[in-house]
Amino acid sequence: MAVDVDHSVVKSADHGTMLEYSTEDGALKILGFWFFLAQDMILFACLFATYLILHNRTAGGPSAMQLFDVPGFAAETFILLTSSFTYGIATFQMRNNRLKSMLIWMGITVLLGLSFVSLELKEFITYVLQGATISRSAFLSAFFTLVGTHGLHVTLGIFWMISVMIQLVKRGLTPVTARKAFIVGLYWHFLDVIWVFIFTVVYLTGVMK
Amino acid sequence: MTDKDQTIVTAGGHGRFPWSHVIGYIFSLVLTLVALLMVINHVASGGMLLFVILLLATIQIFIQLFFFMHITEKHGPAYHIITLAVALFFTFAIIAGSLWIMTFTQLSS
Amino acid sequence: MGGVKQFLSHFFVTGPFEIGGDVSIGLVSLAILFVLTRYKLWGWLWRNWLTSVDHKKIGIMYMLAALLMLFRGGVDALMIRTQLALPNSQFLGAEHYDQIFTTHGTIMILFMAMPFIFAMMNIVVPLQLGARDVAFPYLNAISFWLFFFGAMLLNISFVIGGSPDAGWVNYPPLAELQFSPGPGDNFYLLSILISGIGSVATGINFLVTILKMRAPGMSLMKMPMFSWAVFATCIDIIFAFPALTIALGLEFADRILGAHFFTLNGGGNPMMYVNLFWMWGHPEVYIVILPAFGIYSEVVATFSRKRLFGYTAMVTSLLLIAIASYFVWLHHFFTMGAGADVNTFFAIASMFIAIPTGVKIFNWLFTMFRGRIRMTIPMMWVIAFIPNFVIGGSTGVMLAAAPADYQYHNSYFLVAHFHQVLIGGVVYGMLAGMYYWWPKMFGFILEERFAKWGFWLFNIGFYVCFMPQYPLGLMGMTRRMYTYPAGLGWSSLNMISTVGAFVMGIGFIFIVLNIVSSIRHPVKDTTGDPWDARTLEWSLPSPAPHYNFARIPVIDSRDQWWEMKQKGMTKPDDSTPLAPIHMPKNSGKPFIMGVLFFIAGFGFVFNWYVLAGLGLLGVVITLFARSFDYDTDYYIPVDEVKHSEAAFGRS
Ligand code: HEM
Ligand SMILES: [Cu+2]
Repeated sequence: MAVDVDHSVVKSADHGTMLEYSTEDGALKILGFWFFLAQDMILFACLFATYLILHNRTAGGPSAMQLFDVPGFAAETFILLTSSFTYGIATFQMRNNRLKSMLIWMGITVLLGLSFVSLELKEFITYVLQGATISRSAFLSAFFTLVGTHGLHVTLGIFWMISVMIQLVKRGLTPVTARKAFIVGLYWHFLDVIWVFIFTVVYLTGVMK
Repeated sequence: MTDKDQTIVTAGGHGRFPWSHVIGYIFSLVLTLVALLMVINHVASGGMLLFVILLLATIQIFIQLFFFMHITEKHGPAYHIITLAVALFFTFAIIAGSLWIMTFTQLSS
Repeated sequence: MGGVKQFLSHFFVTGPFEIGGDVSIGLVSLAILFVLTRYKLWGWLWRNWLTSVDHKKIGIMYMLAALLMLFRGGVDALMIRTQLALPNSQFLGAEHYDQIFTTHGTIMILFMAMPFIFAMMNIVVPLQLGARDVAFPYLNAISFWLFFFGAMLLNISFVIGGSPDAGWVNYPPLAELQFSPGPGDNFYLLSILISGIGSVATGINFLVTILKMRAPGMSLMKMPMFSWAVFATCIDIIFAFPALTIALGLEFADRILGAHFFTLNGGGNPMMYVNLFWMWGHPEVYIVILPAFGIYSEVVATFSRKRLFGYTAMVTSLLLIAIASYFVWLHHFFTMGAGADVNTFFAIASMFIAIPTGVKIFNWLFTMFRGRIRMTIPMMWVIAFIPNFVIGGSTGVMLAAAPADYQYHNSYFLVAHFHQVLIGGVVYGMLAGMYYWWPKMFGFILEERFAKWGFWLFNIGFYVCFMPQYPLGLMGMTRRMYTYPAGLGWSSLNMISTVGAFVMGIGFIFIVLNIVSSIRHPVKDTTGDPWDARTLEWSLPSPAPHYNFARIPVIDSRDQWWEMKQKGMTKPDDSTPLAPIHMPKNSGKPFIMGVLFFIAGFGFVFNWYVLAGLGLLGVVITLFARSFDYDTDYYIPVDEVKHSEAAFGRS
């Protein structure tokens, strides 16, 4: 932005260059995105706190124990963990300047993301069909909102990733596209962390005797 | 503190095989699996089990941060690490504080 | 036909006040349209303002909006005080009274105080840091337009659909659908949710700006105090606003999805809302006061002709306050009765905040001590602030004594406390800042005669209005009661308070007159440094060129400009050659995004989900359109820079 572009390419500690940090603007945006993630963390913290306060208040409706299905949420978890890994590989390929392979790994990540979202939707629909809707009890309100907010984040992430892929195809690896790809990656891994906590705090404790 | 130090330190971004990513992935799979199995087979009583699975989840934060999110890379001072640390601290304050404050209503309901 | 009529009579609020509102809104809009068309100003408005990404212009727009909202909120306040002047008054009636105190509080905190601090941040911070803009100018424009359209959404509720009336804190269960049916409460929720996105973005933007865009040589400990204050504020913004988003978002889910977060049935827990709300609410009061603290520091140093006393202690206090303000939120609901342990912890934590605050007060006093004080208008506001804040802080500590708070809570004692700190602290600070930096914004100085009238009337009016409210509270008058019987001994104090409010109103009119008359007979600031001040912004011409610094200065001391003047320089070093300047391009997308958010918000308010969906879709499309736009910046050629510098008499 208003900072002059620093044309001297920054070298990494070992060798090679890191495009995403190579401009002042890129570095600013990456830092800004970290701050955004910190903010998002607080957002989820509030949702988790609400869930923890309300999770026993089932108002005579179904409880976590009755609803949650271990294979279902385990599958969602492993899919998301894997997608975080595949995006990690995409970043790795980017750092090695292998655009094609990077795009393939991003594509795999998108597919995994899509299957995660569809599994989650299926889970939600199953609950709703059993009468466990968001308006059934405080527990269910908190559950759908916490898990749904994460799901919405993931959905947005998928669209964002696709848009970055299109830009990569059109423009190749430039400081700008590399920075965008790196930032989507940060977002994606962050969502994985949040999910690990949803997995632990919502699902595992939900089925714990 | 100055911004003079503009070098970037990377955490294994280059090479032929993404070792660190694979290791991170394996770690995350194992940690998740352990938590899952412990719960399914209720290997411990409530409080203890809860503590352990939360600990496993917390370890996963660091796995993602170090193996996938390249948190150690920096451009100038590590402001993002400080911010994340503060955010973690506030996250803890929000959740623990809310539970502490709000448990009285649990008793009354 | 009947259906349409019925719809319209619900859609447009009818009643004497609302029709008055309709007429005045209509007239003002017509006048604006007329002037813009008559003088062919549409293109100018669009190119120079609505699409601008220049932090100085965005700051000026924030300030105008804040002054406008101060006016609207002030009119609300006068209506409230008029209603309370006499016992058994039927001037407003309960329903209107509720709506008016709700919009008054909401507007003053979220749509007056917030934009005013954003105004000062935008106008000053990049100039103080020696930067050419903020880190993300485009995002900055988005923040402004989200604030602006959020504020508009709340304001139209008065004439369309009906105002919210559950108080500025909007507590459930009162604010739930069951007890507040109709669109009023949705206006509250959506307007704040929309502008809140903008606030978080501003917080991130300025954090990055301050951390990464300081001129070379300006280490953090050489940074001017106002920028430090903004830094502390931004930390609070990014860590507190999410809690508000969640509190309001969940309440909204209760209202439109039938969820049971805070309802009385279905297992909901209304106190969880209160908990989340104040997790934002307390840091929020520091979000608005810390920039004011920063302004006081700058003004005191300049007009005492001394270095700020105790710089390090000031910085430490700012950071301590920023962090500690996160651990006191429960003091707003001691009476919930969470238990002795909880109440004790939060009482002590709250009292602790008084310590760093006291440190700051003493540092300002020591800065003035033995200084050569010049009694300019900004300085007068600063000096008036100090006794105000001492009283406000002391009553705060009284309120923080948990057992005593069971008496004070929600009484007029509390009302007096927070007005003392919010008006005497925040508004005085913003006015000081406005007078101080006005020449930098517009190139002329505000005249002193009306300004002094405004100052004295406002300040005297303030004490007359709010001092009686402390005893009123102790005598049992609670907040938010729309009338009271005679014979309780409250009548004369209430009358005095109302008189004071009107004196403040007259004071405000003088401030406006002051601005108008200064525009008509401007005293030009030709030097760029009318106050003989200390920090970098004063080394630039007034108003500053759009690229701010033709050459980025190199910093070696805290009061850089002052030190340069001591060395006999009258303008920044211009020996190095100029280089082309990299600048962001203007863009219409932030404005369009604001409009789309407004449409989506409006749709949600009336449960018209198609409209809401279309608005949100539009937002997403704009976001992606921006992402695909690579033509976002340009270079100003050296010749052009030379030319415009020459116009300022520089080279
Ligand atoms: C020494 C510092 C302060 C202390 C110990 C303090 C303490 C308190 C306490 C305990 C309350 C709640 C009382 C009740 O509801 O019964 C309160 C309310 C309030 N304070 Fe302060 N305060 C301090 C400074 C400030 C500052 C600097 C501001 C704003 C700039 C502020 C703004 C408010 C507001 C707006 C409320 C009332 C909100 C409402 O209920 O509508 N306070 N304060
Ligand atoms: Cu407070």
